[in-house]
Order: sequence, then structure tokens, then C-alpha cells
Amino acid sequence: MATVQHAVSQDAFEPSLFGTYSKKIGMWLFLASDSLTFGALLFAFSYNRIYTNPWPTPFHAESIANATIMTACLLSSSLTMVLAVFAAQRHDRAWTRNWLLATMVFGTAFIVLHGMEWSKLIGEGLAVPGFETLLGVSNSSANGEYAEITKNVPQFAQAFFGLTAMHMLHVTIGVMYLGVIAFRKWFLPALAVIWIAAALLIPAGNVFHYPVHVLGIGLLVAAVVLFLKPKDYDAHDVEVCGLYWHFVDLVWMFIFPLVYLMSTKIS
Amino acid sequence: MHDVATHDDSKGQYFWVWGALLILTAIEVVLGYRQVFAPVRMLEVLLILSVIKSALIIGYFMHLKFERALMRWLLVISVSACFVIMYFFFFPDADRIIRYGVK
Repeated sequence: MATVQHAVSQDAFEPSLFGTYSKKIGMWLFLASDSLTFGALLFAFSYNRIYTNPWPTPFHAESIANATIMTACLLSSSLTMVLAVFAAQRHDRAWTRNWLLATMVFGTAFIVLHGMEWSKLIGEGLAVPGFETLLGVSNSSANGEYAEITKNVPQFAQAFFGLTAMHMLHVTIGVMYLGVIAFRKWFLPALAVIWIAAALLIPAGNVFHYPVHVLGIGLLVAAVVLFLKPKDYDAHDVEVCGLYWHFVDLVWMFIFPLVYLMSTKIS
Repeated sequence: MHDVATHDDSKGQYFWVWGALLILTAIEVVLGYRQVFAPVRMLEVLLILSVIKSALIIGYFMHLKFERALMRWLLVISVSACFVIMYFFFFPDADRIIRYGVK
């Protein structure tokens, strides 16, 4: 039986409707769907705020200053990310890696500052009923400054921690994504060391004692990805990774004013 | 194979955008901390500033400004439409609660 052979050529494919490569379109579609997740959380936060009267205003000048530095970290990380994309486009591997590393440093600074803020709020009695037991948090104070908020307006802590935890998770995933793109398989041992060190150093009563194992899950996923498709990431990959990173920055531009600035405590 | 976006002529504009974002953030902090406006007006002002900041991030840092018009408009219109639908779901009920004290 004869088989008809068709000539295969690049020209046989239609050009992209959007004039760009499919990986980038895929990331844009993911970001569009993820923006709806954050949109729903922000709408839920605002809804809670509208129907709760009076809404707590727990954020002192210290918290606002901390959140402002966190915002500056994210904005600066977006700039270093853009510079990483440019370096990748001119095939400058060293500077691509350097700028990606700078982006990771800013992202990590954001996570650490946010973690400190969380620990302080929890230490003063702000808690989500039920989750305290689940996470084994022992340092919340029944007589702390925010204990009354936990008791009288529990939806504040639920909305606040729910929204900011989701964002912090995205930033953490983003830092790991950047690490894989920048260092490939060499990132895995570094991530393993950070994960083990964090798991050992964070005490049992701390809110991050169990959530820190997100790093372990990230390590597993990164190892599988690098094992299944070991490749030298190119300018396309850096640009697509950059889209994700700018998105977490973008989401924070709404969380910062809606959550922090609209709940400022004037002493 | 499509090339990566090679539209950029100078990196300077990205430093300008970064500076503008920091300045807008500083304005937000001053307005929020000094409570310059009543809460509802404050919310409107902060949201307008946030939309400007997000437009700068999407347009320049995410390079959407330099993409093909079809992709640009399709993304912006579809996501915005979803947010409008969410708005009609959430806020009329919250408004009803405020007006009538329904819990």
C-alpha cells in the first residue's frame, strides 16, 4: 500500500494570530485566570469591609513603613527583571543571571519582611480561629493589642491572612521559578539547603513552621521539571518568567492600598 | 519562530517608569496615612492611583504596550469584563446591607 508523503516546512504553519510565540500567550492566559483569583479575593475583602462597621484599623506607622519598604522591594525587583530580559536578549548570560539573582534577593526581602509583619500581628493576638490549632501557633496573645479584633471581627483576620497568604505563596513560587531559570540544576541544592535550614530554624510555635515545607514541594517540582526537560533557558523563557514576576508585583499594587492604607491606625 | 520583543530603544524609559511607580506609591502613603480624604473618597483616589500604577506595569514592564493590538485589546477587555461582572455580584448586596441593616 502506497503512502503519500507530505512535505513539511515551516511555511506550512499559519502565523500566530497574536504575533508572538505560544509560551508567552500561554503565560498571559494563565495570568488572566490568576488575576480572577486575586480579583475574587480582593472583592471578598472589600465586601467584608463594607458590611462590617466599624472595620478594624490595626496598622500603625511601623506597619505602614514596613509595607512601603516591601512595595519598594517589589517595584525594584520588577526593574531588575526587565534588565534581566534585556541581558537575555543580547545573549549576555552572566548579566542575565546577575539581574535574575538581584530580582530573587528583592523577592526574598519582601517575603522576610512580610513574615516578620505576620509574626508581629499574630504575637499581638490577631488570629484566624481554627487555623491556630491547625498550624500549631502558640505565640498569639489573648491579651494582645489585636485580641479584641480576633474576638469581635474575626472576618478581618480571615480576609487579611487569606489574601496576603495567597500573594506570599505566589511570590515564593516566583522566587523559585526565577532560581530555576537563572541557575537550572545548580539551584536545586541551594533550595534544599534553604528549605532544611528554614525547617530547622523556625520554631514549632511559629506560624511558618509548617508552611515552610512549600519550599520542599517547590524543590520536588523543580527537580521533576529539570529532570524531564533539562535545557538551557533562553530569552523566551526569561521573558515568560518575567511576565509572572511582574504580575505578583501588579497584584501587590492593589493589596497595599486596599488592605494596609485603608486600615491605617492614627495614634 | 517569533523573536522576543525587541522593541526597546533605550532602557531609560524603564527607569522613568520605576521612578514614577515609587513616586505614586509615596503619594498613596501620604494620602493614606494623613487621611486627607473621607474613607469613600480615599478609596476612589487610591484605586485610581493603583489603576495608573498597574497600567504602567502592564504596559511597560510586561511589554503589553508593544504587543499586537488584537492581543492587547482581547486581554484587557476580557479581564476587565470579568471584574465588572464580579462587581455586580458583590457590591449591590453589600450596599443593601448598609442601607437596610440586613445581616
